[in-house]
Amino acid sequence: MLFGGVWSLMAVGLTLIFGVMRVVNFAHGDMMVWGMYLAWLMAARGGVDPYVGFVVCAAALFVLGLTVQRVLVQRIVDAPHEMQILLMLGVALVLENAALLAFGPEPQRVRSALARSTVWLGPVFVDVARLITFGVAVVLTLALSLFLFRTDLGRSIRAAADNPYGALVVGTDVRRVYATAFGVGAACVGAAGALVAPLLPFSPSTGLQLSVASFNIVIIGGMGSLLGAFVGGLLVAVAESLGAVFLKPSLKELVSFSLLVLILLFRPAGLFGRRAS
Amino acid sequence: MKAGAAVAAVVVLAALPLFPALVGGYTVTLFTLIFFYGFLGQAWNVVGGYAGQLSAGHAAFLGIGAYTAALLSVEQGLTPWAGMFVGGLLAAALGTVVGFLGFRFGLRGFYFVLLTVAFAEICRIVASNTERIGGAVGYYITFTGDARQMQFQDARMYYYLALVLMLAATGVVAWLERRRFGVYLAAIREDESACEALGVNTFRYKMLAMMLSSFLTGVGGAFYAFYLFSLQPNTVFGIPLSVEIIIRAIVGGAGTVLGPILGSFILSPLAELARHYFAQGGWHGAHLVVYGLLLIGVVLFLPEGAYPRLARLLRR
Repeated sequence: MLFGGVWSLMAVGLTLIFGVMRVVNFAHGDMMVWGMYLAWLMAARGGVDPYVGFVVCAAALFVLGLTVQRVLVQRIVDAPHEMQILLMLGVALVLENAALLAFGPEPQRVRSALARSTVWLGPVFVDVARLITFGVAVVLTLALSLFLFRTDLGRSIRAAADNPYGALVVGTDVRRVYATAFGVGAACVGAAGALVAPLLPFSPSTGLQLSVASFNIVIIGGMGSLLGAFVGGLLVAVAESLGAVFLKPSLKELVSFSLLVLILLFRPAGLFGRRAS
Repeated sequence: MKAGAAVAAVVVLAALPLFPALVGGYTVTLFTLIFFYGFLGQAWNVVGGYAGQLSAGHAAFLGIGAYTAALLSVEQGLTPWAGMFVGGLLAAALGTVVGFLGFRFGLRGFYFVLLTVAFAEICRIVASNTERIGGAVGYYITFTGDARQMQFQDARMYYYLALVLMLAATGVVAWLERRRFGVYLAAIREDESACEALGVNTFRYKMLAMMLSSFLTGVGGAFYAFYLFSLQPNTVFGIPLSVEIIIRAIVGGAGTVLGPILGSFILSPLAELARHYFAQGGWHGAHLVVYGLLLIGVVLFLPEGAYPRLARLLRR
């Protein structure tokens, strides 16, 4: 359940990118893995705790997202879905295997002093790392929605998402808005990566699983809906841990995939989505 | 020019069977892989290229075909020469289910991609958790060298088998392109609503394309099983394998008869050489970085693929 906070943050990043540009970021999980490796580098080389370092990771991933958007995605915003998917698949391949080249295939884990301590929270026994991860993830998601609903830049992002042409007419620099949205989406996943790095051993191939997991969540919650992504993240985390308890731990993914297929068929707009595209 | 191309094609076709007699073992292996991935790309091409339904779960069909043929051979003693068609039919059955759900519920673009991925992942998880077929460790076939069980001492036999598979699939696609069926599929890809408005039963043709494509891929699974002699759920049902299949068709030119073959001739040697040389130097994943860059390049600069461009250059 506490894992759900990170799932939510990850999915919020994906849904933001999709909601604004109608582009599915297939490299989402791989960006997250880069966030994890950055946190790992900082912890191993500089002794920076990932619960502080996540800010740097978010900033670095913001720049990465901005660059990917400016150089690649901007050219295919209006292209058919198939082309966008293939392009992002290419980006995912490059990111995943660049990580493989740079860090090797062995699973890594970030050590944080906090990860070993635990605390009694009412009747349940929770470890501090999970609690902090959950708390920070929730705060970041809230901060993002404040940004989108209360600031001028956030408002123009939402305007461009609703109606790019209309936003252009009233003088919004839609290209800048797109780049910012992609950057913020990537920053979310960078922070999520750094936060989860002490809890989850990771290797470059984790990226694919994370991408698929975030697609799951976003579809279940509703493509483009922030609330949907947030609730979807918690829902999937709960469903998977229930699956792990009642079935076998290795079958827990089966639960979320089955949920995905059902949602795709009967409610393609997701639980909180407004309409199917 | 057309006559020249035909002559060239005949020369190449005549040369391919003789080829293994002239070159060494590694080249034969390389060409076997080129043909096999060319075959898989071609099978995908039916639904992904012609009908324009981007399936990212073709590994599921390959895996089902591979496991079926391997289990029937080892446990029941049924020859894979028959088992491959049983595998093909089972794969087609799954293709029918996926296609029915996807097309009946009108899932397009990203939603269809996710549906196919979800089914492949479900297959992978179920296979990993079924101890009866080896679970996550995988299923191993003991090598006996019995030709009736599709096992050969001589690597050249696999070369011919892969060549036959590729030529058969290409023949099917070439035939299909000339029929009304192929034209309907291309029309569905270009504008499905217009196609439907003209009275074409698009659901039916998409289903047929999906069934044909999954059947062919399932048949290929038997070759995979008896070429490698080991099946791991994470490999045979994995997303990376689906990507390997798609990328060949896309780079070569999806929706053209020779595109996937050309794509395999470009990418398979690249993958093999990279695996060979980079992996020795500890450069794992280098070839996949190249794949990714190539995919990005193709989408941005050559969206129709290499084959149509090449054909235009030759015609000039």
